[in-house]
Amino acid sequence: MTVYVKGVVFDGVDFDDPNSWSIDAYIQRGGYAALKKIIAEGITQDAIIAELKTSSLRGRGGAGFPTGLKWSFMPRSFPGQKYLVCNTDEGEPGTFKDLDIIVNNPHALIEGMIIGGYAMGITVGYNYIHGEVFEAYERFEAALEEARRAGFLGDNILGSEFCFQLHAHHGYGAYICGEETALLESLEGKKGQPRFKPPFPASYGLYGKPTTINNTETFASVPYIVREGGQKFLELGKPNNGGTKLFSISGHVNRPGNYEIPLGTPFADLLEMAGGMRGGKKIKAVIPGGSSAPVLPGHIMMETTMDYDAIAKAGSMLGSGAVIVMDETVCMVKALRRLSYFYYEESCGQCTPCREGTGWLYRVVDRIERGLGRPEDLDLLESVGKNIAGRTICALGDAAVMPVQGMLKHFRDEFLHHIEHKKCLVPGF
Amino acid sequence: MMLTPESLAQIDREVAKYPADQKRSAVMSALRIAQVEKGWLSSDTIKFVAEYLGIAPMAAHEVATFYNMYDRAPVGKYKITVCTNLPCALSGGVDAGEYLQKKLGIHFNETTADGKFTLKEGECMGACGYAPVLLVNNHTMCNHMTPDAIDRKLAELN
Ligand SMILES: Cc1cc2nc3c(=O)[nH]c(=O)nc-3n(C[C@H](O)[C@H](O)[C@H](O)COP(=O)(O)O)c2cc1C
Ligand code: SF4
Ligand code: FES
Repeated sequence: MTVYVKGVVFDGVDFDDPNSWSIDAYIQRGGYAALKKIIAEGITQDAIIAELKTSSLRGRGGAGFPTGLKWSFMPRSFPGQKYLVCNTDEGEPGTFKDLDIIVNNPHALIEGMIIGGYAMGITVGYNYIHGEVFEAYERFEAALEEARRAGFLGDNILGSEFCFQLHAHHGYGAYICGEETALLESLEGKKGQPRFKPPFPASYGLYGKPTTINNTETFASVPYIVREGGQKFLELGKPNNGGTKLFSISGHVNRPGNYEIPLGTPFADLLEMAGGMRGGKKIKAVIPGGSSAPVLPGHIMMETTMDYDAIAKAGSMLGSGAVIVMDETVCMVKALRRLSYFYYEESCGQCTPCREGTGWLYRVVDRIERGLGRPEDLDLLESVGKNIAGRTICALGDAAVMPVQGMLKHFRDEFLHHIEHKKCLVPGF
Repeated sequence: MMLTPESLAQIDREVAKYPADQKRSAVMSALRIAQVEKGWLSSDTIKFVAEYLGIAPMAAHEVATFYNMYDRAPVGKYKITVCTNLPCALSGGVDAGEYLQKKLGIHFNETTADGKFTLKEGECMGACGYAPVLLVNNHTMCNHMTPDAIDRKLAELN
């Protein structure tokens, strides 16, 4: 189920037409017009980056970093090879939007990356695709072949001096490779272990060369911005939160799926679009930005709009735009146990606080869930969390702590009940 | 220990994606291709892949053990991985795992006596909106796997 309102990324895609992903269909709905315009009118690199800044497009991979600013960091005059990398290693629990893009509108991403290459003077790009979605990887390979045959990729694109090669790289099962420097290590054919930053990829990236890395949805938003103007994109959303955003809704709603809506849309409207709560049950909690974002109680979400600033103000983060909805039957201890297991399982093991700490978090939550919790366990969770957060090479450590902190902040009573009565307060998962 | 010409041709296509002095970048794909042909990755297979790419066997071994879709031990003809992470669990992911265990008479990480099915528990596959989801032999995603749909899938594989 994919729905778009005022679609930017999915503009004009017909989800019922099995050929809607193809280059012909993409061109028919205005695709590659942005690239043609750039080449025909000789639009400058600076003008494209300025347009991105106007649009206020923020990275859709989780951190929300302004894309125009990131692109301006690339040392364009660096004499050697530079690389452009797309992060389609979507593995943050709850997120399934990038899959939808490479399956149903792959050319929007390809066009966005070509424009990125042009704007930053880069001639080679890679798209790193999550291991578990092999069929989507094959679809993307087919789309690349179409783009090459049509002269949008390769040497002397559309008869200009500009050359850009783009390839797909298939992951094989490691959440940590979504972290940008782990992804680069993995692209180099190594274990996906994050690098110390600085140096940042803009100076030391793939094969040690300057590299810009963005999320799939970020790149796929670029053609619209070039075609329609940054101002128009900005006005779709709200100040500092320009454009539309894909929200992946999962959990207890009637119609889980991807919804592309303007940033700033009330959560209540989004929930209604997704068909409301399954079985008419009451909403208990929402994780608004992927599993790493702190959980928020349903009543707070019902008052919140879906944009970076509003969700931050409510005490969580927009992250990747994965909205996990839980009804009144969900046991929060059980829910947290599953998430804590995930981070423990996926820690790359390089830093002691993360490797050991994620194990501690999981084991303590697990014993509370199994009725073996001790009164001091909640303090223990908090102190373990403090010893992880901010003390690790990459943000996975923080990502493991945030769900714990969110749960203890808003659902502490439920954890206390578990410890005291040795069983769940509510029956469901 | 050799791979078929078809597999080698596939590996060559992957190698061509990277700079000539960075063949190592193709090791993930090369191991995947080898695993598809052989069913799993023995030390000999890993060593062959490393030699084919001109990298140290240890470098390929590290990759084969780091990423969790590589099988370092034989698996059944069909390896079924069920996602039980929270978003899926809210929509029947754990139930699907339990149903499969009952139906196949095995636990997670076990293989049926006839060598047909291996069952694994997986992490988020990036398809949470289509829960419950399973992955067959790493490459085929099956969505909305209710008990009925699981019955049909198993019958089809059998
Ligand atoms: C543990 C971890 C996992 C991540 N997973 C992803 C991911 O799956 N996809 C993604 O685009 N970014 C992911 N990120 C964020 C990337 O490191 C990076 O910020 C992003 O790809 C930059 O692109 P953007 O500016 O377009 O968002 C992850 C970060 C961390 C710390
Ligand atoms: S924080 Fe965790 S995942 Fe990140 S580098 Fe350290 S050990 Fe690895
Ligand atoms: S949680 Fe199961 S596919 Fe994402």
